Amino acid sequence: MIRSKITPWIVCVCILLGCTACNTEHRFIKRTEFQKNNTIVICFAAPVDESWAKNFVSFRINEQQDPDILLAINRVELSDDRCTLKIFMKDPLNKSNPHQVLLPDIMSTGKSQGTALVSVKKLYWGNLLSILIGAMFIYNYVFVKYLGLCVYLGVTQKKSTAIGMGFTFTIVIIFSTSISWFLYQYILKPFQIEFLQIIVFIGLVSLTVQAVDTILRKVNPVLFKEFGVYLVLIISSCLILAVPLIMAAQNYDFFESLMLSSGAGLGFFIALFLMSCVRERIDLAPIPESYRGMPIAFIVSGLFALSFMGFSGMSIF
Amino acid sequence: MIENNKSYGNIFLNGILNDNPIFRLALSMCPAVGISTNMMNGLLMGIAVLFVQFCSSLTISLVKNIIHPRIRIPTYTLTIATWVTVTDLVLAAFFPVAYKSLGIFVRLIVVFCFITMRLDVFARKNPVFPSLVDAVGMGFGFLLGMMAIGGVREIMGMGTLLGYDILGFRPLLFFVLPCSGFFVVGFMMAIFNYTEIVYNRRKRARSLA
Repeated sequence: MIRSKITPWIVCVCILLGCTACNTEHRFIKRTEFQKNNTIVICFAAPVDESWAKNFVSFRINEQQDPDILLAINRVELSDDRCTLKIFMKDPLNKSNPHQVLLPDIMSTGKSQGTALVSVKKLYWGNLLSILIGAMFIYNYVFVKYLGLCVYLGVTQKKSTAIGMGFTFTIVIIFSTSISWFLYQYILKPFQIEFLQIIVFIGLVSLTVQAVDTILRKVNPVLFKEFGVYLVLIISSCLILAVPLIMAAQNYDFFESLMLSSGAGLGFFIALFLMSCVRERIDLAPIPESYRGMPIAFIVSGLFALSFMGFSGMSIF
Repeated sequence: MIENNKSYGNIFLNGILNDNPIFRLALSMCPAVGISTNMMNGLLMGIAVLFVQFCSSLTISLVKNIIHPRIRIPTYTLTIATWVTVTDLVLAAFFPVAYKSLGIFVRLIVVFCFITMRLDVFARKNPVFPSLVDAVGMGFGFLLGMMAIGGVREIMGMGTLLGYDILGFRPLLFFVLPCSGFFVVGFMMAIFNYTEIVYNRRKRARSLA
């Protein structure tokens, strides 16, 4: 019964996402994409003139967020059927930012097809997935960015508390980041009061935690008994404020911020689980008296951080 | 009014020694691990925290009589958030280079537990001047802790201190790695524990003799 209700919604969301994934804004240009480190590929609907393509001085390529800085073009290459244009840049491109390409007066078989301003960006789905994996492993908030350590050291004494905390934290952070996104995009930005973001976000986080607390107490007292203790602790974690701030600084859209927050939550969950497994065994191990408790916990975290460094520089899509 | 009739000197030293936020309370470890790669970062972060703690303690101890006890925690959070915003904007305007090296941690001063704790434990119950002394003590405790960690990492990793060349060579490049913050904090805590254990053992031996 529930599944039959959910399915149309999933289809709707998929269609919506699919629509946003198509990224051409000009009728003559079929498709734009990044290739390798420093190449932009543009596919045209019909063959273009070679003389036009050679005159690449008039092309303007820049990152979408700073249109004043033009990127230097090294050379261009037209494929044999003259439909695909490869633009080689002098410097490697930052592929995580969308780029704008201005192609003035496209000439196809002697006729002008008008000026095209198209954007080049990574595939939307790939981008979402890379944000999720990035927040979970590559930039794991505990082991790579060193945030949320108070809670991390506080609740990892036992495996059960670690799992409870990780679960509660993931849900709260997804909630609070989604609400922060709406508030940031529709209130703070239009009224140009972004400098108030710290106050607004921390207030919002406290409110979310209070709301979850109240709702859970009424709706599911059993669950509340299990997870209620962790709710209060969550406010004191750096991570819960850092994620909305990063979301605002990167200017993510809604789905991207959803992926960022769930990635951060799951990454935190993983960190808590790993650490609690180790600490349960450390309690039984014969370690020097002066290292008992906090010091050994820090050294184990350091070893984890070293191993998580192995993910650095990894990029998917 | 003052807790246990302590003198101002005792209140000040309490923040640095007994209740040191980094080594004794183990609160707010994120900046101690995250940005303590050199002494300058530790100093800047310490000054920022000192400023926020000072101003929030001042505000709370001034208005303590009109805060209803049930909403005291949200009041503290909003007070701290306001002063952090001030610090954030001032740093961004006047010290852009330092602001960049501290990164997101300046804004995260809001969620440092020990600031809220000091407001709840001390500034709420005491007059203005002792609260200020306590705030400065706590702030200095944090500043000294950050500088100690930063100093160890800088001198072990780069052979320099505050940017000046001291050793002339680089003993262990490992300490510059971002993740070595965990190890340095762990080792320093172990050293503190060790001195405490030895001290207590001596004391016990002397009392028995």
